[in-house]
Amino acid sequence: MGKTLSEKILSEHAGHNVRAGEFAVVCVDLVYVQDGTGPLTVRQLEKLGFKNVSSPERTIVFLDHAAPSPRQELSNDHKLLREFCQRSGAVLSDIGNGISHNVASEQYANPGTVIVGADSHTCTNGALCAFAVGMGSTDIAVAMALGHTWLRVPETWKVSVEGDFPRAVYAKDFMLHFIGTVKADGATYRALEFVGPAMDTLSMAGRLTISNMAVECGAKVGLFNSDEVTRNYLELLGRPQRYKPLRADPDAAYEKTLTFDVSSLEPMIACPHFVDNVKPVREAGSVAVHQVFIGTSSNGRLEDFQQAAAILKGKKVANGVRLLITPGSRKVLLDGLADGTFRTLAEAGGVITGPGCGACAGVHEGVLADGEVCVATQNRNFRGRMGNPHAFIYLASPATAAATAVTGRITDPREFL
Amino acid sequence: MDKLRGRAWKFGDGISTDHIAPGRLFHLRSNLPELAKHVLEDARPEFAAALQTGDFIVGGRNFGQGSSREHAPTIIKMAGVSAVIAKSFARIFFRNCINVGLPAIILDTDTIDERDELEMDLLAGKLVNLTKGATLSFPPLPKVMATILSEGGLVEHIKKHGDFKLD
Repeated sequence: MGKTLSEKILSEHAGHNVRAGEFAVVCVDLVYVQDGTGPLTVRQLEKLGFKNVSSPERTIVFLDHAAPSPRQELSNDHKLLREFCQRSGAVLSDIGNGISHNVASEQYANPGTVIVGADSHTCTNGALCAFAVGMGSTDIAVAMALGHTWLRVPETWKVSVEGDFPRAVYAKDFMLHFIGTVKADGATYRALEFVGPAMDTLSMAGRLTISNMAVECGAKVGLFNSDEVTRNYLELLGRPQRYKPLRADPDAAYEKTLTFDVSSLEPMIACPHFVDNVKPVREAGSVAVHQVFIGTSSNGRLEDFQQAAAILKGKKVANGVRLLITPGSRKVLLDGLADGTFRTLAEAGGVITGPGCGACAGVHEGVLADGEVCVATQNRNFRGRMGNPHAFIYLASPATAAATAVTGRITDPREFL
Repeated sequence: MDKLRGRAWKFGDGISTDHIAPGRLFHLRSNLPELAKHVLEDARPEFAAALQTGDFIVGGRNFGQGSSREHAPTIIKMAGVSAVIAKSFARIFFRNCINVGLPAIILDTDTIDERDELEMDLLAGKLVNLTKGATLSFPPLPKVMATILSEGGLVEHIKKHGDFKLD
């Protein structure tokens, strides 16, 4: 019997063959925290009595959630993390570098590796065929200290996706549709493998959007094959030597196979207050919007901002609407400055913030007022997510967000493209 | 392990970590006793103040969905909750509960009502609803998690064994 991608990667990291359902201790190739979970990780390391981390050069501390710090408590948390990096030799990714997952894709994540991060969206780098999972601060503290962690090898669902994406329909729309179909807890504890022509031809940016949101249907990891798209991406990012082809064996055992066809898919939107409350944008009704936010670990890559700029070029954001643009990383900021994307968005009335998580986590840079409505390209719309439990968040693609910014009401981007 | 006893506080489906420890209180994450005063505030504002030590959180499906923030189960425990019972849990939250020494029990919670008096025997896998006179059973945790929980959490587990003890 052949192996799934998870079984292959975890067998290699366990040092023996493991199968779905088994428990294993696996070595980890990359461990990271961010400024919301890192301070507790550092304190837990101290409680555990560990003085060192096992691989400082593969231990990264990202300051991305409150970046730059909006208040003294968080400045003190940042100070604690900076001092930890100085002391331990762990790598500091300071404010302005960008979101942990996005920077990890650009600089650290490689096919066939195991990545653990103290952030639920660590699964983002499943797009690069890394077994990348989110955990809590104490688990990450132990992984930092020992260089390994325990896992239950997940059962896998094969998600086979066919057809060509229609005009104005993107990876985000597919993933919202997928989550709306399987529901928020539908794939709990499962690994997802995204395969088929529509996934094989998808750009790395699109793959990262899909893997990022795997956790929103409960999945442990959302994996793509390591293929030519992966090879080209790694080459572009300057580490072609880290490419290795990787896919599941043809006779691998799947718990379930789901088939989708994107050729009839429409722009989709998740309505308040749950990610699986999904419908076509044209059925969302006439909803007035106060804020539009484009960025995050879901959709903070250059391709995302280019899609928004294609709609906003030569237009203005509607009166009464605030358009927030937050690049996912410094590289995205620089690339988007070089090709004019951010100039277009700024000319349309957008506020360009520094790279980071921005308004997504409700900490700063765009906290909503009571009763306000936001259309965001992020991955979560839970009550209170953007800093106010009395606000309403809709999730959509950058194109839908941009079209909405122009009209001031939730708008199907096909009206503009 | 002693039996746990307390009243039920009912919550619906899909309680997220943003309900438990919201982003607007992000700055309190290094001040957990203060953050614990706001636990689950955005789901039931009266909960933190009226909770009595030993009480149970009784949720629906996918309890703890969302963020990996371990602060969420930590402040639930710190507030005095003896265990979280739900129809199902989000993966990371479930693992975090065990790591911080907070029992997370999966069973059908429909027959439990608000303020029911409950008694839980973790080792026996039994929950007695003293108000209703009914006994519910729940399956044991996977071995590694049962060990970590019985030793008081992951920090104590690692301090005791120096590593994970899977069997």
